[in-house]
Amino acid sequence: MSERHDIFSAPVRADIDNWIAKYPPEQKQSAVMAALRIVQDANGGWLTMELMDAVADYLAMPKIAVYEVATFYSMYELKPVGRHKISVCTNISCMLSGSEQVVAHLQDRLGIRLGETTEDGRFTMKEVECLGACCGAPMFQIGRDYYENLTPEKIDKILDSLD
Amino acid sequence: MTTVNIEIDGKKLQVDSGSMVIEAADQAGIYIPRFCYHKKLSIAANCRMCLVQVEKAAKPLPACATPVTDGMKVHTRSPKAIDAQKGVMEFLLINHPLDCPVCDQGGECELQDLAVGFGKDVSFYSENKRVVKSKNLGPLVSTDMTRCIHCTRCVRFGEEIAGIRELGATGRGEHMEIGTYIEASMDSELSGNVIDLCPVGALTSKPFRFKARAWEMTQLDTVAPHDCIGSNLHVHVRNNQVMRVVPRENEAINETWISDRDRFSYEALNSQDRLTTPMIKVNGVWQATDWNTALENVVRNTRKIIDQDGAGQLGCLASPSATTEELYLAQQLLRGLGSNNIDHRLRQLDFSDEDLAPAFPGLGQSIAALETVDAALLIGSNIRKDQPIAAHRLRKAAMRDAAIMFVNPVNYDFHFPVAANVACAPDRMVAELGGIVKALLALTAGQAPPGLTGLLDNIETTPAHRSIAGHLNRAGKATVLMGNYAHAHPHFTQLRALAGVIASLSDAALGYLTEGANSAGAWPAGAVPHRSATGQAGMNAADMLRNPRKSYWLLGVEPELDCANAPVARAAMQAAEYVVALTLFRNASLEASCDVLLPIAAFAETSGTYVNAEGVWQSFAGAVKPVGDARPAWKVLRVLGNLFGIDGFDYMSSEEVLAKVRAQATGDQPDNRLLWRAPGAWATSKGDLIRIAEVPVYAVDSLVRYATSLQQTRDAANGAIYINSILATRFGLAQGMPAIARQGKEEVTLPVVIDNRLADNSVLIYAGIPGSVNLLSDLSPLTLHKA
Repeated sequence: MSERHDIFSAPVRADIDNWIAKYPPEQKQSAVMAALRIVQDANGGWLTMELMDAVADYLAMPKIAVYEVATFYSMYELKPVGRHKISVCTNISCMLSGSEQVVAHLQDRLGIRLGETTEDGRFTMKEVECLGACCGAPMFQIGRDYYENLTPEKIDKILDSLD
Repeated sequence: MTTVNIEIDGKKLQVDSGSMVIEAADQAGIYIPRFCYHKKLSIAANCRMCLVQVEKAAKPLPACATPVTDGMKVHTRSPKAIDAQKGVMEFLLINHPLDCPVCDQGGECELQDLAVGFGKDVSFYSENKRVVKSKNLGPLVSTDMTRCIHCTRCVRFGEEIAGIRELGATGRGEHMEIGTYIEASMDSELSGNVIDLCPVGALTSKPFRFKARAWEMTQLDTVAPHDCIGSNLHVHVRNNQVMRVVPRENEAINETWISDRDRFSYEALNSQDRLTTPMIKVNGVWQATDWNTALENVVRNTRKIIDQDGAGQLGCLASPSATTEELYLAQQLLRGLGSNNIDHRLRQLDFSDEDLAPAFPGLGQSIAALETVDAALLIGSNIRKDQPIAAHRLRKAAMRDAAIMFVNPVNYDFHFPVAANVACAPDRMVAELGGIVKALLALTAGQAPPGLTGLLDNIETTPAHRSIAGHLNRAGKATVLMGNYAHAHPHFTQLRALAGVIASLSDAALGYLTEGANSAGAWPAGAVPHRSATGQAGMNAADMLRNPRKSYWLLGVEPELDCANAPVARAAMQAAEYVVALTLFRNASLEASCDVLLPIAAFAETSGTYVNAEGVWQSFAGAVKPVGDARPAWKVLRVLGNLFGIDGFDYMSSEEVLAKVRAQATGDQPDNRLLWRAPGAWATSKGDLIRIAEVPVYAVDSLVRYATSLQQTRDAANGAIYINSILATRFGLAQGMPAIARQGKEEVTLPVVIDNRLADNSVLIYAGIPGSVNLLSDLSPLTLHKA
């Protein structure tokens, strides 16, 4: 009988196993955040129900417990996202330093609102809470990279540099 | 345990160290408001309603999560505490819709009560409230999730009590929602308890929705009528109608929980199919009549049969959920007429050791003691569905690492870890128990009783046998329990004999989990053919049907659905000259087999007594008047006794009947250690296909079968042929394909369900449902064919 986690590729499975090994055997579920990140990265940046169920199965957790984690953290995506995910901080320091203009400029330039993806599938823009870079406010994160002290010009330059 | 001295609101208290402030306050009768705290659940401390002032602490502390310390001084009503509580209440109400006028919880709502008691008059909040979409959790629990205050009691209940995490809290902050995330029904057999746990109107009873207001109903006490646990219930009554059922706390029996079966079966009380007036069949046509005519008809025709063919032609089949009083009067009446043919063991097939049986089939220990065992072996028991409250006790033991083990025809899904498990075809169960005995003999200094060696010679012990034996042998406190399926097993006495040997070799308590609410009461009441005052034995249930009688009395029984070997029961009814049914319902099956239908009072409509598996006699009064012209069965039987002119039928109340039974009942807890008697020949498997005739949870009695909401749940069994994939391949059958299951001339055609919880050579076709009434439930070989 095929198991649900057969949908994981060998490298994905090896990566998850590596994280499971960091915890006591009866605490496998501690690897849930890492496992979700790994399968999300391998799936073009978002999590399907099937993948979440497979993680639950692999870590012997109730499915709903995996859904709880996946819906709690903003870095997990439950819908398809663009090639570049722009996470704009609108928390207090960024807000005081002009994150509203950052959002407005992005909306103008990309033609999408927060939480949406451009039609060509290049960009997704979402609002996030503090990313811990207040010294460089206003800021956003694209993929794994932080961009700080943003101005409209700087934003245009950053976006132009991306494929 | 050491104690500490604390002071709450100036009251000096001595409490166990390690307890929380809220527990100490509860013990002292000081009320601290709370939502998320529940004494049976883990501490979450997420509602913050129980904030109190503790001297020397800078901020208010949650009483539910603050352990007591020596010299602690707590103020629950100081200005600082009240200020904190009011603040929390204001926050909790921010997103609450305040739709109390259209909310079912209105009038019995903890949020309402605490808002009045601990809230402010006005709120500073003027922004929009959020709306949360309600979820469909199935036919029993209704949701209005906008009302949810996120106490997470329901989530913790699933994880800690029901043992399946169905509900969770997804999203965060303002976006947090309680639900299943994807649309899914709650399938736990205990799911209805979240209705009681929910402090607001987010989770309410679906069958009860918009039916009544809390203040319109009267709360009365009764006892659950479906399993041998006897959960304590409150029935809520309005205008002589049972509107709903909720648990009545009894720490020794059901704690604060009840099963969904006990909670929702009341729907059948108000069913359109209730029989409301006596009916007699005149020249093949059913006519409504009055009680006098009906009872005279019974007396005249019964007398005729006794005069012509002797009283031995009279047989009585009684429901194991009939009250002790009803069962006693039924046997008194029957024996008064000269027949000992009375039985309540309707699904039992093997009676050969009944002379050795204890005074009544009991658990051999208290229900609460089940949670203290270190090892338990259950034989032929789907305890989770058959006795959900007992399963909860065993689950608590399993959570403490007790080894719970099974020998079953199906590898059932349990909500606790199973330490060892043997799933085998029904005709292999005797041999499997033999294997466990053999493994135990190898481990202990115990001796095999004479006559056993013949069985053991041909058995090889498997790792599962040795694992079970090892757990039982090592356990400080062990128990061996025989479940519903074991009692219905064609070799029940051999299973029981071996269970007795296993129990004595491992020094375990032997116990019985029986069918119905009152199997344990039926024995002292004399509703068994071999326990009569005169010592004369009559025919048991199976004999009475195999050798058809001229006349039957049915007490709350639908023969095709409630008896083993349904076709045999049907044939016996058809062959009989005169059949009287004291029944709750009228239906085609009863109308075809009976000559008189007498409407009797159901659970909650009659007074009576149930004896549970622990041997506790629980009496209850009627909560409502019976529907229509129905009468309590004990009154019907008493009048019949008078009409027949039998002595000793001058009871004025059911209490007088009970007094009579109690006077002759011996000791409350019988010794279950049977005298050993080797059977003539040990049962062995011939390798045939064998039907597993399990009775599903919502088909155990007529009340449950007519409970409409329960019949819409996933546990409501459908007619199907369940086989494992190996058998399916062998017979070329696939999921959903119609197939024919045949035994001799009888057959049924049902869809195939592939279920790999089944052992080889076994075919699960549920009993107690209309789709399977053509099949026998004994070991008759079965053949499968493509339809």
